[in-house]
Amino acid sequence: MKLTLKIWRQENAKAKGRFVTYQLDNISPNCSFLEMLDILNEQLINKNEEPVAFDHDCREGICGMCSLYINGRPHGPDDAVTTCQLHMRKFSDGNTIVIEPWRAKPFPVIKDLIIDRTAFDKIIQEGGYVSAHTGGTPDANAILIGKVEADLAMDAASCIGCGACVAACKNASAMLFVSAKVSQFALLPQGKVEAKDRVKKMVAMMDELGFGNCTNTYACEAECPKLISRSNIARMNREFICAKVS
Amino acid sequence: MSLSFLQFSSITKKIWMALLGLFLMVFLVVHLGINLCLLRSDGGTWFHAAAHFMGTNYVVKVFEVVLFGGFILHILLGIILQVKNWISRPVQYKVSNKSATPFLSKYMIYTGGIVLIFLIIHFMNFYFIKLGWVASPVEMLEGGEPDFYETARWLFAQPFYSVLYLVLMVVLGFHLNHAFGAAFQTLGLENKTYTPWIQGFGTVFSIVVPLGYMIIPLYFLIF
Repeated sequence: MKLTLKIWRQENAKAKGRFVTYQLDNISPNCSFLEMLDILNEQLINKNEEPVAFDHDCREGICGMCSLYINGRPHGPDDAVTTCQLHMRKFSDGNTIVIEPWRAKPFPVIKDLIIDRTAFDKIIQEGGYVSAHTGGTPDANAILIGKVEADLAMDAASCIGCGACVAACKNASAMLFVSAKVSQFALLPQGKVEAKDRVKKMVAMMDELGFGNCTNTYACEAECPKLISRSNIARMNREFICAKVS
Repeated sequence: MSLSFLQFSSITKKIWMALLGLFLMVFLVVHLGINLCLLRSDGGTWFHAAAHFMGTNYVVKVFEVVLFGGFILHILLGIILQVKNWISRPVQYKVSNKSATPFLSKYMIYTGGIVLIFLIIHFMNFYFIKLGWVASPVEMLEGGEPDFYETARWLFAQPFYSVLYLVLMVVLGFHLNHAFGAAFQTLGLENKTYTPWIQGFGTVFSIVVPLGYMIIPLYFLIF
């Protein structure tokens, strides 16, 4: 495949960025998107040029590190995949691919395509955990949990915190991420004890960090690589109302 | 209004936005009921009776204050939330977002703004006459009350006003189309069984109510 890449290059957080155009030839349709960027970087290094900085780690859709906004969609044109799971066969020979970092005030660019997602960690620090001493490994059936609740909690817990929801949302809202983290605990008896405090503190931190407001466009749900449902947002709203009025 | 109002959490603001929006939708239905009286060939008897009731009933008068407050708060909250949303993405993408989203959901602030323009025109044509701030284009009723039946007929007899009214009603329909389902989602009233029905009712509501309003200028234009 022959490709034209337009990539956001920014030396550091304070530098002014710009798009740089690169031509790539002989790219296999079977190579992954990140492997394609590896090939580009090899060529740049061989030419003594600065390689393109981008986030990646597990390269199997688990860690949530890869975070590229490709041709107008977070994680690119495929559905329910992270950038590392995206393959070049999703593009056509001769395509122009525009690659941008996530854009949101709480996600400042560190370098090129790498952004700082500390904001998500700060939200988790406000209550995205159970503070009870759990001791040793508990007996599997010591606390009975219904299958439906267990499944919903597991679905919510599958959020990898990649930030695609924020990147896709026209308001840069983090509601899907925060609601998944709130839901995974609110659905389980172990999480219910601190549920009221948790939702109030996590929402307050989300607001403080400068994320936008949810206007129910559901772009977050459409782009989530882990198919986190908008139902979690409704659940968080319920949890928030209950926490405020009781 | 104290500063603490601005410091409410994002979800609190949205919950108020949703509750007020649903309240305003109920008002739209009541208002439509009165407007449809214009279609009766009774010289405005029913319309005047309804307008007189709405203008003199004490319960309605209390609700009038709630209604104005509701409108102002809904508009104010919409602007506050939108400004925060704009600030939240200071650097825009080069390629605009191509995520699969309901089309009208992305333009609520704009459709809302157009509805606000309609509201201002509507106030100038009716409510400000009642307050005596604007001169009535038609003769007043005996007793000095404004004749809104004749005012409406006079306005709808003008093609420009009628076409503008029709266009603005379509925009109101666009606004309601997303608003109804979104209000329930914001209030946390979502589940697999009822949500499709709520969305369906919202779609029907967003078509039927504006269509109800549109029948009146169409009637006056055609007959």
